[in-house]
Amino acid sequence: MSALRGFRAVFYKEMLHARRDRLAIVFALVMPLMQMVILGTAIDTNVRQVPTVVFDESGRAAAAGAPLAGTQVSRAFLDRLRNTDTYHIYKQVDSDQALNDEMVAGRARVAIKIPLTFARDLLAGRQAQVLVMVDGSDSAVAGQALNVASQVGLDESLRRMLPGGLRPVIDVRPKLMFNPDSRSPNFFLPGLMAVLLLFVTTMLTAFSIVREKERGTLEQLLVTPARPLGIMLGKIMPYFALGLVELVVILLFMRFAFGVPMHGNPLLLVCLATGYVFVNLTIGLLISTSANSQTEALQLGMMTILPSIFLSGYIFPRDTMPLFFYGVSYLVPATYMVDIARGVILRGAGLAELWSNAVVLSLMGVVILLLAARRFQRMIV
Amino acid sequence: MTAAIRAQNLTRRFDEVTAVDDVSFEVARGEIFGFLGPNGSGKTVTIKMLAGILPLTSGVAYIDGLDVRSEAEAVRARSGYMSQKFGLYDDLTVLENLRFYGMAYGLAGARLTARISDAVERNALGPYTGRFAGRLSGGWRQRLALACAMIHEPRILYLDEPTAGIDPVARRQLWDLLFDLSGQGITFFVTTHYMDEAERCSHLAYLYYGRLIADGTPAGLCLLPEVTPAGTRRVGISTRDAAQARRIAATLPAIHSTTLFGRSLHALIDAGADLDAVASELTRRGVVIDEIRPLGPTLEDVFVALTERRQRELDGAV
Repeated sequence: MSALRGFRAVFYKEMLHARRDRLAIVFALVMPLMQMVILGTAIDTNVRQVPTVVFDESGRAAAAGAPLAGTQVSRAFLDRLRNTDTYHIYKQVDSDQALNDEMVAGRARVAIKIPLTFARDLLAGRQAQVLVMVDGSDSAVAGQALNVASQVGLDESLRRMLPGGLRPVIDVRPKLMFNPDSRSPNFFLPGLMAVLLLFVTTMLTAFSIVREKERGTLEQLLVTPARPLGIMLGKIMPYFALGLVELVVILLFMRFAFGVPMHGNPLLLVCLATGYVFVNLTIGLLISTSANSQTEALQLGMMTILPSIFLSGYIFPRDTMPLFFYGVSYLVPATYMVDIARGVILRGAGLAELWSNAVVLSLMGVVILLLAARRFQRMIV
Repeated sequence: MTAAIRAQNLTRRFDEVTAVDDVSFEVARGEIFGFLGPNGSGKTVTIKMLAGILPLTSGVAYIDGLDVRSEAEAVRARSGYMSQKFGLYDDLTVLENLRFYGMAYGLAGARLTARISDAVERNALGPYTGRFAGRLSGGWRQRLALACAMIHEPRILYLDEPTAGIDPVARRQLWDLLFDLSGQGITFFVTTHYMDEAERCSHLAYLYYGRLIADGTPAGLCLLPEVTPAGTRRVGISTRDAAQARRIAATLPAIHSTTLFGRSLHALIDAGADLDAVASELTRRGVVIDEIRPLGPTLEDVFVALTERRQRELDGAV
């Protein structure tokens, strides 16, 4: 295997580097755990207890003794909103101005105004209006707040329209599969695995060749009979092992520290993930052969990693992407890994469903490795 | 006996730039071949072509009779290279560096072990085997670098500015080692900017922006007619203020050109001019002369003269 000449030597050397580079090990093992703790405990995508301010003009008028203004009517409506667990009514104000001020100051995400005519209109059988203002700057919160408000309004309307004892004709019974409690860690952590591996494996190798260029050892290495492919594989292998160790650590933490259920076969997950680790390492190498300094490698790495995360479907669902980006997302390795991780962990998917992902990842890895080796060959000059 | 290195019309172009232009030379086995020239004149490119790692644009080169174009692998196995930066891994120990380079050159098993212990012994690295390369002093780093470059017993060794940034004692030791090894038939191809090192070489070549403008023994180069043009001779003038003397000397018609050497001035004067006459003329103009005597050209004179001539050719061509 003359194309692989030098593999043994470089592997030997890189193992020594990897063992002595404490920072790399910390980077590879501790940073992912910190990220997991943050995403696993601090972040909850279920919108609950949104700070809400209310101006109940109708209720106030009733309390002041105005005729035809039922306090109970508006109060009952507010209670229904409260019971959804979506809104936390922290304050009642008594003017439009005050309502607006709370929103502008950012203290309230939702402002609800129940106008003077609310109770009167309801009792008279006319259409009553409620104003719900939502801070649109966080789309997840805004969407949820609006939906729940409409839902409550619709329910209330139906209850009033249907004669006593009659129920709505259609009863939609939703069932959340795979994540019945819709726990955020269950959704976040499997995908996070793909992101963490992406960071660590790409960056570890991104520095490997450019560091030798900076130190002047590359020149010396290139005059030996070692071949580019042998050198590159030798450089990848120790980090490949480190990547797999990291993967296992992440899995163990996810299962036992954060209680994410494992519906599929963890061994299968590790096997499928090897292709992903491999392709990230080769991307790192490609970066390393293109960069002229470690700083440049870091920048190129970030330019690769961040779009990958956004396009992988880890944060934003791919289905809603414009066609162009949807197409691009097929070129992002993380896309396949997010699918593998969620598939095995949450849906209990097996080889039959996921083998194509692993094949695509491995092919990507081989192509990129060959590209990197070609670029590397040119560095001799 | 085949030459250790035979380069014929060696040329390397990078896009529009010709880094090495039609260079031919021959180095006999066991020679210490000094390859000189300003930075960026193509020395390293030449080494890379000879070592079989950079393809030739045109021309041919044979190492021990092996064609670098078709037998690059065999050429590499026979060549060692020590770069300016030494190419040592600072976070690896002395022993680990040796082992790595041995493995990179394809050594394994008992032969690798034997070569490593030989390198340690030959370079007296014994007390330092467990020390990280980054913690060695300059001289020891250089020794280790040389040991690494020689771990596979190359027949030809390329040393790219081996003594840059090394103290004088270590420099002397390195040269002693080179003489010793060249006596055993190893050929050295050394680039340097130090003239005293150039003088120790058995064979010199001077590369100026891709063109070889001198090739010969140090003594032979000093006798080149271009260095001391017809009708002139060289004198050394010792004086207290050489810079001032140089300014004044430029006003004398009998003096063609001058070069400063510390506290003395090397001047090229009319062959027919009388030394005493020149001396008194200088004294009259305010130069305090300690001594004036005839001189042979130094290597520096040689390279300055050749460079100026080449530069005039280049300027004339434009």
